[in-house]
Amino acid sequence: MTIKEIQDEIVDEFSMLTDWMDKYSLLIEIGNELDSFEEEHRTEQNLIEGCQSKVWLHAWLEDDKIRFMADSDAIIVKGIVSLLIRILDKRTPDEILNSELFFIDEIGLKEHLSPTRSNGLVSMVKQMRMYALAFKTKMEN
Amino acid sequence: MIKYPIEAIRKDFPILSRPVNGRPLVYFDNGATSQTPTQVVKAMEKVYLEINSNIHRGVHTLSNLCTEAFEDARKKVAKYIGAASEKEVIFTRGTTEAINLVAQSFGETFLGKDDEIIISAMEHHSNIVPWQLLQKRAGITLRIIPVNDDGSLDMEEFYNLLNPKTKLVAVTHLSNVLGTINPVEEIIEAAHNINVPVLIDGAQAIQHLPVDVQKLDCDFYAFSGHKLYGPTGIGILYGKEKWLNQMEPWQGGGEMIQSVSFEKTTFNELPYKFEAGTPDYVAAIGIGAAMDYIRSIGLDIISEYEAELYQYAFDRLSSIEGMQFYGTAEKRTSLISFLIKGIHPFDAGTLLDKMGIAVRTGHHCAQPLMDRFNIPGTIRASFGLYNTKKEVDALVDGLTKVKQLFG
Repeated sequence: MTIKEIQDEIVDEFSMLTDWMDKYSLLIEIGNELDSFEEEHRTEQNLIEGCQSKVWLHAWLEDDKIRFMADSDAIIVKGIVSLLIRILDKRTPDEILNSELFFIDEIGLKEHLSPTRSNGLVSMVKQMRMYALAFKTKMEN
Repeated sequence: MIKYPIEAIRKDFPILSRPVNGRPLVYFDNGATSQTPTQVVKAMEKVYLEINSNIHRGVHTLSNLCTEAFEDARKKVAKYIGAASEKEVIFTRGTTEAINLVAQSFGETFLGKDDEIIISAMEHHSNIVPWQLLQKRAGITLRIIPVNDDGSLDMEEFYNLLNPKTKLVAVTHLSNVLGTINPVEEIIEAAHNINVPVLIDGAQAIQHLPVDVQKLDCDFYAFSGHKLYGPTGIGILYGKEKWLNQMEPWQGGGEMIQSVSFEKTTFNELPYKFEAGTPDYVAAIGIGAAMDYIRSIGLDIISEYEAELYQYAFDRLSSIEGMQFYGTAEKRTSLISFLIKGIHPFDAGTLLDKMGIAVRTGHHCAQPLMDRFNIPGTIRASFGLYNTKKEVDALVDGLTKVKQLFG
């Protein structure tokens, strides 16, 4: 599936839930199901510090695809982190660099990706793109 | 006891009756910004619609009217805090700017290498960073009064820290995280015994506790308009005349000068020496109106009502399983910081918001204090004169729901 298709799928999954409590319940569930973060990567370098919560992001290259592993101390943030990984993990640098993330807006969680909500998510997305750019440069050389 | 006019008070704050996320608003973020009553908004509107003009030096009628209203506000502030003279009341942009003024100006005039300033481990960043900047500029040393487990100051250690090198003590009156009311009278007396002046950060106290700067005998007292049911962008530095007279000005410009030539500039007298440029006279008039509003109800009555509400909130919140309070000192009021076992403050704050309940979460601009308790942050409910027990019940119900969501 393409980045767009996965986002459409997520939007579908959330569109059935009209009540905010159900929406957040699902997000909490998704957060709890995120693959466990390998402790050796919980380093200062991989830490994205928000004012309200912390995010850890580790990235590596595997067969020309970028792999991501992430975690957060807040479950709601972790839920969104988990969705971001579902969308952007195992992609080529170009796929990530050319992607447009619209799912957050469409599932009604926009406030979590606004620059004023200092939960580390905006910086995380930025950091994921930075990794894509860095790996692309590395692969071209 | 006189019945507290809660219904009438709530009507003065139209924002309180708006819904948030489809639910009635429960506003418990008063420690960050309090809401503004119609009376204050009207007073400021009147300035713009009827007398707006730049203050001082103008010869025309509007300028005189506006100057009069502005200086009248200064008198109201002086009276509210019990200052000996309105010359001791300086308008700033807020508490932060007031403390920066002292750090710059008092620092420049009186402090040098090896001098020491005592602050506490429960200070807001606004009462830490200005002194750290001074540390860089002038080479002073910062000494920190530790905080006990219950959120009170370690006074024994304070007495140990006081020494002949101490040149200033700067502490908060009421902690913005713990709600602790510090023994500022005792601190001031002890410091004065060795001729050390004291600055009190009153940002969280001025709206809840009666403050009389002459009785307190503090040398400086700083607070903001927007936590006092007044407008944002305005604050007050009270300073004893004897200090302010000796201190160098910190910003240059219009109003603060007596005469300017390229050879020599002489400065204006107090309080104008510290008010360079056109001040926010509209907000200044607003802060005067806010003080009028508080006086119309009576701060003693407000204090009593809030103390009861505070106790009710503490008791109700105690019933929640896994509740951990931060700040249990004997003397405290106005705000409650807590964590619920297994729930991150960000998650709790986000979900409460969905239920129309506004609390603050995070480190509350007091990271050293978070480190002291080894926590990432807290959930803070801070109360104002218009909050009710019913709203406390809504918070308790909201937290119960949050707990359910987390299974």
